[in-house]
Amino acid sequence: MMICDLQQIDDSLRDTVGGKAVALANVLRAGFAVPRAICIGTPVYDRFVEATGLRARIIMEYDRKPYDQMRWEELWDTALRIQSLFINAKWPADIVAMLRKRIGSEFAGVPVVVRSSAIGEDSARASFAGLHESFVNVRGVTSILEHIKLIWASLWSDRAMLYRTEVGLDVNTSRMAVIVQELVDGQKSGVIFGVSPTDEATAVMEAVYGLNQGLVDGTIQPDRWMIARATGTVTSHIPASREKMVARKPMGLGVVPLSRQRRSQAPLQESEVYQIFHAEKALERRFGAPQDVEWTYQGAQLHILQSRPITTASHLSPQDLRPWYVSLHRSLETLKELRRSIENEYVPHMICQAEQLAELDMTTLTDKDLAKEIHVRQRVLRYWQQVYWDQFIPFAHGIRLFGQVYNRALKPKDPHEFLRLLPSEPLKSVERNHRLIQAAREVGRRRLSHMRKEADSSTLSVLLQTAPADRQEAFFRELAGVEETGVGSNPLKTDTSAKCFLKAFPARERKKAAEILELARASYKLRDDDNIYLGRIEAELLRALEETRNRSSKAAKLEIKAENAELFARALVVRSFQLPRGRHTIRERPGPAIRARQLIGQPAGHGIVVGRARVVRKAEDLLDFKRGEVLVCDAVDPNMTFVVPLAAGIVERRGGMLIHGAIIAREYGLPCVTGVPDICKAVKTGNSITVDGYLGIITIGSSQSNPVGPTTTGPKPHRASRQSS
Amino acid sequence: MEKKLATFLGSERLGVLSTCGGQQPYASLVAFGATDDLSHLVFVTPRPTRKYANLVTNTRVAILIDNRSHRASDFRRAMAATAVGTVHEVRKARNSRLIRLYLEKHPQLEDFLWSPTCAVLDIRVESYYVVERFQHVTELHLR
Repeated sequence: MMICDLQQIDDSLRDTVGGKAVALANVLRAGFAVPRAICIGTPVYDRFVEATGLRARIIMEYDRKPYDQMRWEELWDTALRIQSLFINAKWPADIVAMLRKRIGSEFAGVPVVVRSSAIGEDSARASFAGLHESFVNVRGVTSILEHIKLIWASLWSDRAMLYRTEVGLDVNTSRMAVIVQELVDGQKSGVIFGVSPTDEATAVMEAVYGLNQGLVDGTIQPDRWMIARATGTVTSHIPASREKMVARKPMGLGVVPLSRQRRSQAPLQESEVYQIFHAEKALERRFGAPQDVEWTYQGAQLHILQSRPITTASHLSPQDLRPWYVSLHRSLETLKELRRSIENEYVPHMICQAEQLAELDMTTLTDKDLAKEIHVRQRVLRYWQQVYWDQFIPFAHGIRLFGQVYNRALKPKDPHEFLRLLPSEPLKSVERNHRLIQAAREVGRRRLSHMRKEADSSTLSVLLQTAPADRQEAFFRELAGVEETGVGSNPLKTDTSAKCFLKAFPARERKKAAEILELARASYKLRDDDNIYLGRIEAELLRALEETRNRSSKAAKLEIKAENAELFARALVVRSFQLPRGRHTIRERPGPAIRARQLIGQPAGHGIVVGRARVVRKAEDLLDFKRGEVLVCDAVDPNMTFVVPLAAGIVERRGGMLIHGAIIAREYGLPCVTGVPDICKAVKTGNSITVDGYLGIITIGSSQSNPVGPTTTGPKPHRASRQSS
Repeated sequence: MEKKLATFLGSERLGVLSTCGGQQPYASLVAFGATDDLSHLVFVTPRPTRKYANLVTNTRVAILIDNRSHRASDFRRAMAATAVGTVHEVRKARNSRLIRLYLEKHPQLEDFLWSPTCAVLDIRVESYYVVERFQHVTELHLR
């Protein structure tokens, strides 16, 4: 069945219309008010992906790398690329004619909600709700059609890919149905859980004024009621700090302040709480399990928007980080809140604390006090590392939110084109590198000690204290020879691109678009700068370890790194302290020589370059870096980006478009490939490697070493010219 | 990788053999067998063929073995291995290890193999070039 009404749906159509549509049809049949809806069945999805050739293209993206080698960031990038394929795919004439006719006759001029109804979704078998998209307040046939594509694309969302095993995600068999449903402009809305996740005898209800999208995404704090399941008695009501609500705008939704009267009054009367509770009980009896019900009131009429079995994460182990990754999706409102606290509280406090720590002259401390100081600094570093995970990393979603908005509005061929708009001012690391290069030119062969004040990198600070002077001199000679032309973004070009972005929106939506761009730029800048700030805190801990090394012969044998802080402190105060034993090396079994020839990663910086590899495994390796070499490492730590001006390309094991290696590579116009598994094992310093930043491919060795490949035919790869990408 | 490759060669039956006569390259489909240590690939060909003529003048060969299923998913899921080596003719004997290995895999070709017109040929493999997921290439050098 291609398209059907809710009234036509029964259980036998589950594989065609999905679990959500079947549940809604059952709610309707149970006598509840359900907004008018049609369901676009999975045969339409199948026809679309076949006719457009999308199925084959999804396979190319989805199976690019083995799943167990993909980080969440790479899954997000993959999801973005697949979404871009759907956005840019041309509608086959027969399908679009059929959809236009039906949607036009049902919903001309009517605001609708476009919802996913994946096969297997919302069933007890696959209790992972919220993996796919829903769009509220879509109006007009063309816009509804565009949103149907986005719902189909969300079958391949990063969230769905995280749970690919549980939901059985497979390019050849997974399909998506879509529900197009009239939008009920509710005055108060919410959810009820038939059973509380923490107390089986209690049901939980949450309600807000306006529409319930703010409740679902965490923007609006709800009032909460606890109800005894056995008697239906309200056992407690926890009022919210009511300030705003989500309301319908001409297109989409917006957050508006509540009237004074509403702020002081709970959204639900007691009778309404009971009405919703009894509705859930009725649905629970019908479906045979406690339900998670979304509802809204329009006037006195209760509408049921959705009913599904309660999902629980209790079967997941605490080590399972997937719920955390899913939680990184934040709304514009929560991101704005996050930005305020980061810019006004966390960053100034972090800078201030680093300065305070820097003031202490540690040479005056006794051994006991120095050990105490190490512990203090260790705690400070841990605190800021936690802030980094809890606040700074979630804020990076500002970039991703912008990427989605940009791609939906401009439909670019390159799904990462939006990154060009983000650098609005120089990154801290680029400014630091510029100062270092200038200082290196002035230093020449004289003493290098004053370079430390320009270092602004915990790694470089340590190297300047511990590495032999000749290696330091050699490094700064290399740095002094760097040409800095074309580094960083071109403000004029960035500005023009921003204007194009804003023009893609109708006048009434431009303010919000500008707000999203601004937020993304702040997010992008913080993505790199936060590590510089965190590096300063870490450098202060390392300074205490360095002082310890000067005092203790045992500590002198320890590597200066934050993870060793406890050992340094013990070396100071424990007389019997013994150094930990090194790990045994494993002898490899002799056998055929296995060599990686060509490795697949993610294209993260456009350009192609052939160069000598410099594999950086530890901080000291950085000082040996020569101009024109390719930086190969496990993960580009922001404290090591001072070598980037010397590099001709960057390759790293860690994957993603928004990781530090990728950001700094784009600033310097360097070809960059990220997410290359085992790259540090496959490549040795001195190997010739080709970095193909267009395709995300690393080739090891020259073409002459490959007897099956062409030796001299075809254009030769060239050194990439430095350009912003 | 060795184990994976051995399993792969055990499961595939045909490969595309590349030979060269003078300046003229040539490709032919052959049924092959592989030793567990990957060092030998054996195939059978009638002597009057173009590939045999090529091998007489140039014993260097490459053979491509793959598991494509002729579906879109091949681009990411298919695996292909190119073996490069030198061909030597095997003396036909019932107790030959390579012949036994070949016939275990292709019993239907027994008459073909023992036919006086056919030669049994052993590729002494020097290297394998294994391609997975469209562009992921690993080299395995045996000699």
